[in-house]
Order: sequence, then structure tokens, then C-alpha cells
Amino acid sequence: MPSLSLNQRALLMSVLILVVGLLIWEAAIPAQKAVGELTEYERLTGGGAQKAGVPPPSQVFVKAWEELSNPFYDAGPNDKGIGIQIGYSIYRVLSGYLMAAIVAIPLGFLIGMSPVAYKALNPFIQVLRPISPLAWMPLALFIIQDSEASAIFVIFICSIWPMLLNTAFGVAGVRQDWVNVARTHELGHIKTAFTVILPAAAPTIVTGMRISIGIAWLVIVAAEMLVGGTGIGYYVWNEWNNLDLTSVIFSIMMIGVVGMLLDMAFATLQRAVAYAE
Amino acid sequence: MTKPFLSIENLTQRYPDGQGGIMTVFEDATFGVEKGEFVVILGHSGCGKSTIMNILAGLADPTSGVVTMDGREVSGPSLDRGVVFQNYSLLPWLSTLKNVSFGVAARHPDWSKAKVLEHSRNYLAMVGLEGDVIHRKPSQLSGGMRQRVSIARAFANHPKLLLLDEPFGALDALTRGTIQDELLKIWGDSGQTVFMITHDIDEAILLADRILLMTNGPFARVAESVDITIPRPRNRTDIVEHPNYYAIRNHLVQFLGKRSKDLAGQASDGAAQRPETVRIDLTGTAKDPTPETRLRAVNT
Ligand SMILES: Nc1ncnc2c1ncn2[C@@H]1O[C@H](COP(=O)(O)OP(=O)(O)O)[C@@H](O)[C@H]1O
Ligand SMILES: [Mg+2]
Repeated sequence: MPSLSLNQRALLMSVLILVVGLLIWEAAIPAQKAVGELTEYERLTGGGAQKAGVPPPSQVFVKAWEELSNPFYDAGPNDKGIGIQIGYSIYRVLSGYLMAAIVAIPLGFLIGMSPVAYKALNPFIQVLRPISPLAWMPLALFIIQDSEASAIFVIFICSIWPMLLNTAFGVAGVRQDWVNVARTHELGHIKTAFTVILPAAAPTIVTGMRISIGIAWLVIVAAEMLVGGTGIGYYVWNEWNNLDLTSVIFSIMMIGVVGMLLDMAFATLQRAVAYAE
Repeated sequence: MTKPFLSIENLTQRYPDGQGGIMTVFEDATFGVEKGEFVVILGHSGCGKSTIMNILAGLADPTSGVVTMDGREVSGPSLDRGVVFQNYSLLPWLSTLKNVSFGVAARHPDWSKAKVLEHSRNYLAMVGLEGDVIHRKPSQLSGGMRQRVSIARAFANHPKLLLLDEPFGALDALTRGTIQDELLKIWGDSGQTVFMITHDIDEAILLADRILLMTNGPFARVAESVDITIPRPRNRTDIVEHPNYYAIRNHLVQFLGKRSKDLAGQASDGAAQRPETVRIDLTGTAKDPTPETRLRAVNT
């Protein structure tokens, strides 16, 4: 056998697992009889109606093909293309996330630079951080009076902690030698922050950003199930109410794919700011 | 008496000793360095050499005492005092060239980008770094190359005083030799004042105009100032032939081996602790004075 590289062998194995998994899944679902094959009795007792059951993968593929070939149609509040739903979710995630970054990174810088600020803010962070982001939802809805903004707020509050803590940790851990290099070159505070501390702490900061985006994407699905209206989380819930499990499974997969793409974007950023000592 | 270019007066450094007490690293240390001089400070590890250097660089404040350079008190880091750190301290996310050019740009904010880069390239070339190498990151360089970058970065800024903390400590003997030669050459061309720390006796003799000898701590003292009476230009193979070489070397070995311990641990009485000048010169003197007798003579 010609020797394959590690990557090639891994790819081969992935494909094999996928195919075997799908085959088992397909075989495990009892086929629904076509209307023509039904007996008189079955037809009378409603056996012809689509039964709610876990669909086989072939059906999910058909559904995926339909949805993805026209992802942006809009036929009223309860019938929008998957692209539009995901678009809403991404929009909410990115707005909440961006606001969190704008607060967390400068604040983390301050905390990392100043032991006093660290000690003063630490108790608040320790209490606020373990709160499930969804626990904020009722308060947010009451105060903000807007479900859209409340969902964004929930994203904001859940993405802020990993970024804040990682920034503080990264900034506090910048090697004194590098700071001394900046000092002996009379760089000044702002210049030092941007040319020495930021690049030195960037890998840790971006790790925090990557954790945050992962959490934000987890939380948006739950948040949209609560607030409803639009978004991939609402879509899943809506299809469940319609007992359309094919769509549910399809949207679950889409959540996974989008989450992976978001993570990959940050992995790329992480590689870009990494440095070897 | 006019003050020397770099003047250290009654410098004292104390630290908490970690058990509720106080540890005095050195007390009332007083010495000077003239403009253009190459001074090496030699002493055992832990005696306080780096502490002195960080104070001279302005990176640390002494417990008490004053340092003045060019008549002005040192009260913080400055571009006038370039530092070559023991661990090179290159910024690992910048290329070799950028590691030098960011310093040059800081020194000359009015220069064009092209001028900054050309100046940086010139100094890298002076330490033998040319071509592709200068676009590599420090992690892709050998220890010797990194130290060359660090030296180029310091010299490129033409500081009035250059401070080097055991710059060759982590290098193998061959590389160390080459870089020492490069350092001597750049220093010879620039006429800068250099203050360097080492614990290598031969390196000290090769490079220095004057060696300051430090006793062990706590209460370390800069006990002696030994003139290196070997003419320049020097090179490592020829200086060993010089009649003063072994006399000086023996004196230094003696000090580090024995007297650095004997003299250690004495508190000053509040007076400035100045090093004693030692001048060993066997050239053109009466026939056959043994080094030992001469040494005793200068040490009284
Ligand atoms: N920040 C500090 N706090 C407490 N002790 C220190 C500190 N810095 C240095 N020392 C002590 O001062 C002494 C001199 O240190 P140092 O100047 O680094 O020595 P050298 O460079 O000669 O090896 C050592 O005993 C060291 O433990
Ligand atoms: Mg040291």
C-alpha cells in the first residue's frame, strides 16, 4: 500500500466514520409507507398523515438542499430562509460581542497594569462572572423594554468576562524586560501600550476573544428561544413547535457549522498574533 | 575637583530580606567613570552588579545616593543611556531589523522611514548581520545572533553611556570571542563610554581600560579599581604575551578567589566608600621584580 501522509489517513478515516454513521442512522429509521401502499383501514385512521419521527439523513439532505438553494427568501414572520435567520443571530452576536470587546479590552488593560484596580475590581468580577447569562434576561427585558436589545445585552454580558480576564492576565504577565526596553527608549505610556504591551499580550487577549465568541454563539440560541421573533434559536424552536424534526436537525447542523466558522476566524487571528520566544 | 562624566555618590541599596529584616546589598558606594572610558565591573554572582547597572540605567531607584551623568542627575531611563540586557530582551514579535529600527525611530522622530531603516541596516551590518537574516524573528536566530542584534540596537542610538549586563554570559566561547572583537571595534570607532558587567576575567582584561572589583555581599563594596596597563589595540592572542597580562590576571584571580570574601560583610561608617586604585605595570621597570612584591606594594 502506498504510504499516505498523516493528514490523508485522518481524512480517509473521517470520511469512513461519516459514511458508516449515516448508513447506520438511515438503516435505523423505519421507512414511512407511501400513500399508495396504505390499506383502506390505515388510510381511514389517519396513517397517511406525516408522522412525527426522527427523519433519516437522506431526508435531512433533501431539506438542506432546499433551504440552502434559497437561503434568503422571506415569506412572512414565520417563514424565512435559513440565511436570514442565521444573519439575525450573527448580527446579534457580533453587536453584543463588539460592545463587550470595547468595554473589556481597555478595562482589562487598566486592571492588568494596576494592581490597585485589579484588587478593587476583582470581587465584582468574581461574583458577576458565574451568573448564567440567561439569568439576566428578565431584568434586561424589564429595564430595556425591548427583546432585540435584551438579546444583545445577554450576549454582551456573557462575552465580557473571558475577554476582560484574559486581557488583564495577559497585560499583567508582560515580561518586565520588554517593558524595560520600552522605558530605555523613552517610549511614553501610550506608545508603550501599543508597541510593546499590546503585541506582547495579544496572544492571551485573542484567546479570551475566541472563548468569548464561542460562549456568545452558545448563548444566542438559548436567548432567541426565549425572546422569539427571528434568529436561528427561534427557528429551531419554531420548527419544534411545527413538529418538523427534519428542519430541527438541519438547523442544529447549521448552528454547528456557523460556530465552527466563527471559531476558525479567531484561530486565524490567533495565529497572526502568535510569536515564539 | 571636577566631577567625572559619570559620577556615583554614596549609592546605597537595601531590600527587605524576606524574614522581616533588611538586607543591605551595598552601602555608600562611590566611584566615577570618565568620558570615553571602557569600565568593567567584576564580582561574584549576587554581589549587586545588576542592581548598580539598573540604577545607572534609571530603571531602578536606589535607597539613597545620587548618580549624575554629564552634570545631570539620573532620575529615570533615557535614550542617552543604552542598555544591553543579559537575556538580549529583543521583542519577539518584531523582525531583527524592526527590533533595531523601532529604537532608531524613537531616537530620531524626525527621520524618514527610509533613513531609519538604512541607519538600522548599517548597524546590523557592523555586527555581521546582513541579507535575509535581518528579516527573521529573534526566535529564528542563534543566541550569538540575538546578542548581536541587541548590541546593534544599543549602538545605533549613539547613547552617551552604554550599559552591558553580562552580555556574553550565555554564549559559547567561540561566539563570545567574535562578538567581543566586534564590540571592541564599534567602541573604538564611536568613542562611547561603556560600563559593562561580567564575571569572566579574561573578557574583562581584553575589553577594559579599568576593572572595578566588587566584594561579595551583603554590604558589598567596590573595593578596587584596577588599571589595565596593556596598550590598545588589543587582541586575545597577543595580550597574553604582554608582561603585565599575567600579573594583572593573577591579581584579579586572587581577589575573586580570596579577598572578595575576606573583605565582605562590613558596614560602612557613613563615609563614601571609594575603590582603591591599583596600577600594575611591569614594563620598563627595574629588573625582575616579582609580581608578588609589586602587588603588595600597590595594595598597602
Ligand atoms: N527586587 C529585589 N528584592 C529583593 N532582593 C533583591 C532584589 N533585586 C536583587 N536583590 C538581591 O540583591 C542582591 C544583588 O543582586 P544582583 O544585583 O542581581 O546581583 P548580581 O547581578 O551581582 O549577580 C542579591 O542578593 C539579590 O537577591
Ligand atoms: Mg546580574
